[in-house]
Amino acid sequence: MHELSIAMSIVEMAQEEAERRGGAQVQAVHLRLGLLSGVVKEALLSSYEMVCHSTPLEGSQLLIEEIPVEVFCPQCAVPRLVRSIQWFCCPECGTATPTVLHGKELEVVALEITE
Amino acid sequence: MSAEPRLVEVRKNVLKQNDVIARALRERFRAAGVQTVSLVSSPGSGKTAFLEKTLTLLHPRYKVAALVGDLATENDATRLARSQAPVKQIITGTVCHLEAAMVQNALEGWNLNNLDFLFIENVGNLVCPSSYDLGEDLRFVLLSVTEGEDKPLKYPTIFNSADVAVVTKSDLAAAVEFDEAAAKRNIQAVRPGMEIFKVSAKTGEGMIEYVEFLERRRVRSRAAAV
Ligand SMILES: Nc1nc2c(ncn2[C@@H]2O[C@H](COP(=O)(O)OP(=O)(O)OP(=O)(O)O)[C@@H](O)[C@H]2O)c(=O)[nH]1
Ligand SMILES: [Mg+2]
Ligand SMILES: [Zn+2]
Repeated sequence: MHELSIAMSIVEMAQEEAERRGGAQVQAVHLRLGLLSGVVKEALLSSYEMVCHSTPLEGSQLLIEEIPVEVFCPQCAVPRLVRSIQWFCCPECGTATPTVLHGKELEVVALEITE
Repeated sequence: MSAEPRLVEVRKNVLKQNDVIARALRERFRAAGVQTVSLVSSPGSGKTAFLEKTLTLLHPRYKVAALVGDLATENDATRLARSQAPVKQIITGTVCHLEAAMVQNALEGWNLNNLDFLFIENVGNLVCPSSYDLGEDLRFVLLSVTEGEDKPLKYPTIFNSADVAVVTKSDLAAAVEFDEAAAKRNIQAVRPGMEIFKVSAKTGEGMIEYVEFLERRRVRSRAAAV
């Protein structure tokens, strides 16, 4: 369960950012979460709530955008979304490919703040 | 002043701190010419046994060392130290994986220039270690014949994040009716093209082939570093 320490980093980051903006109040944190990031969405959401408790971020929301796994198909020579992370191959032509373009994201992309 | 929330763009990698340290470590390993290999697997798949054998096979010819992460106890480090190689235990306490900073701290005072190979045994866990880069050149994922051929399908993220798969405890394969073809198929499904070794730390089966692979990799990365 490393979601707790990841939630702590997210809250810390958001709080720092809010302070840089003159002590704004963070209402929501927008996070991009890749399906290959190794982080479980539900566990992260409950960890986030726990970590926010009794901090200036209490009551704020973690809004997660899940990023699908995109690979590069060498046969079609274009990026493709895999149908399942148990099968790294092109959904069109079936060619297996280890080249992952997206899906490992774990990034804070925006904050909703009130001043 | 309005009560309407304002959206501000941020764009920050949550694991940035770890990634920055990992990148610095990788650079240090490269500069020192040390080939670094990390091992991940579920608890008890045979990481320490495999590593002990590896150290013993490499030890007289190469300068080798190992770091070993566990939640508690120094037992694994004690086992590995029998190989005569320098070994350091990293006790993670409640943390279920190694992070780059722990590796950095453990290496304090070590002269990496004196090393050819550094091995890092992660905490037995197929979930959490996948998110943390340790600066290693190669990540090995171990799968013992006794834990089911479908492990790669249950934990695709960590198998995908690894560079090499090692099927361990091959001496027990017949007893548990291990389906080697199925295991290989599942590994290839989640990480196409991954190199796979099959070994027994107990009988030594497959260990020579794998050690030769390590030696080739070391030659190759040193050539690339020049
Ligand atoms: N028969 C057989 N048993 C093995 C082999 N390798 C490891 N074992 C046994 O499997 C058990 C676990 O091995 P370890 O090497 O401690 O496994 P580990 O992955 O380091 O375990 P943790 O660090 O606790 O996650 C021990 O009882 C070993 O003796 C092998 O090649 N053959
Ligand atoms: Mg061990
Ligand atoms: Zn294709």
